[in-house]
Amino acid sequence: MIQVREVTKRYGANTVVDHLSFTAKPGQVTGFLGPNGAGKSTTMRMIVGLDAPNSGDVLVNGKPYASAKAPLHEIGVLLEAKAVHPGRTAVSHLLAMARTHGISRSRVDEVLGLAGLGAVAHKRVGAFSLGMGQRLGIAAALLGDPAVVMLDEPVNGLDPEGVLWVRNLLAGLAAEGRTVMLSSHLMSEVSLIADHLVIVGRGKLLADTTVADFVTAEGVRVVTAAPDALRNVITGAGVTVTSTGAEELFVTGATAREIGLAAATRGIPLFELTPQNASLEEAFMDLTRDAVEYEAAR
Amino acid sequence: MKITAGGVVAAEWTKFSSLRSTWITTGISVLLLIAFGAIASASFSGDSLSAVDLALSGSTLAALTVGVLGALLGASEYTTGMIRATLAAVPRRLPVLWSKSLVAGLAAVVVMTAGAFAAFAVSSAVLNDKVSGLALGDDGVLRALIGAGLYLGLVAVLGVALGMLVRSSAGAIAILAGLLLIVPGLAALLPDSISDAINPYLPSNAGSAVMALTQGEGTLAPWTGLAVFAGYVVLTLAVAAYRLKKTDA
Repeated sequence: MIQVREVTKRYGANTVVDHLSFTAKPGQVTGFLGPNGAGKSTTMRMIVGLDAPNSGDVLVNGKPYASAKAPLHEIGVLLEAKAVHPGRTAVSHLLAMARTHGISRSRVDEVLGLAGLGAVAHKRVGAFSLGMGQRLGIAAALLGDPAVVMLDEPVNGLDPEGVLWVRNLLAGLAAEGRTVMLSSHLMSEVSLIADHLVIVGRGKLLADTTVADFVTAEGVRVVTAAPDALRNVITGAGVTVTSTGAEELFVTGATAREIGLAAATRGIPLFELTPQNASLEEAFMDLTRDAVEYEAAR
Repeated sequence: MKITAGGVVAAEWTKFSSLRSTWITTGISVLLLIAFGAIASASFSGDSLSAVDLALSGSTLAALTVGVLGALLGASEYTTGMIRATLAAVPRRLPVLWSKSLVAGLAAVVVMTAGAFAAFAVSSAVLNDKVSGLALGDDGVLRALIGAGLYLGLVAVLGVALGMLVRSSAGAIAILAGLLLIVPGLAALLPDSISDAINPYLPSNAGSAVMALTQGEGTLAPWTGLAVFAGYVVLTLAVAAYRLKKTDA
């Protein structure tokens, strides 16, 4: 479990993370989303104690990370692919990390095999592609058989087969009861893997929700000859109707089926009845529009 | 599975020994020490230097290369981004600095002590006829050779501390070269009364005192000199430790 509590991080006058709180729970894949510069990487660095927050605190499995007896067993992280000495082989890199904890050589070979790097284990990392670097980073994250796995943009640079592998791997880790957290700036990618979404913009929490809840916030577009009559029929508890044109209504809180049946009973002709399940991507863009740090001029 | 001091040392040894550059730099240091000793011993025909002083005349260059070895070891953690993996595995941080220093220092002491003995053996074999030869049993010879290994080991630790402190290979090497090579030259520009007073205490002069067979005017006693140099190393380590502990990685 990862608990981020009221964390603020400033670099000079620039507040990168602003009173951010969320919890990533065991058995779930938590997607950590936000535009570039939203403070995702900084937050992840604070979780493993690389950066110290200006205020607030972070707990990993209920305690501060630095106090862990076997840190690699608490949390495995991939923060940046290829943040490895290029002159070292994949196996020496992992072995160096393993020795700090007395992790066996056979476990090193095991995670290399798991990441599909068995054949290049003795190649120097400098010759690795970005995708192979990601795989090595994921192998390193799994080294200590950790209760929490946290990956920053893990699918960057992976081929489609690799993306699928990461997806299945993370789902498997969560199914084993581990806490899994991954960051991305791509909603489409995360929505396929994550159960739980934490969305940030400019360091602030924008949404802490589930993938299902995040999409059902949409409505139904109705075109009818008698908008006023239809409005009277369907308006009720939890249903809001807005007029979007002379013959157009936008309804939230009722399904297309309910609206169609209601109109039929009263004999109101409908010309169009369209559920507007705006894509996750659009919903994400709408939510983060005001929080985009680096936006193309338009 | 648990993090242990021995584990962190073993990890640093793995990092140290798994880089080709480590072996190349160490090899060059030993070669320089032996080659310069042999050349100086064969060509020098005066009477101001003893056979041991001649045998160790490569020590200044060897100091520079082992220092560079240490600096690269320390700074490459930051220049490659490896420090994030390192500190995620050892979040208490300071054990990394101690272990890295220990590994680099011990490796340099072992290799460079052997190098000093080898340089003495080779140099004695090719020694110019005009200089009288010395045996290992003669006064101060063993002390000078072992002292050379210890001094060079401390220089490697100084390199590690500087590399971890400034987090840049170029910066650490520049400071190291400045301390060892340039500072003594600058001190010579000062008025004599001042330069005579501080000269013996400059890092490279203090450290070299342990390698000199006979103490000239204005040098510290052998072990005093080495202790002063060790003081500089400890001071640099302390500053590096402070920065490592207190600042974001």
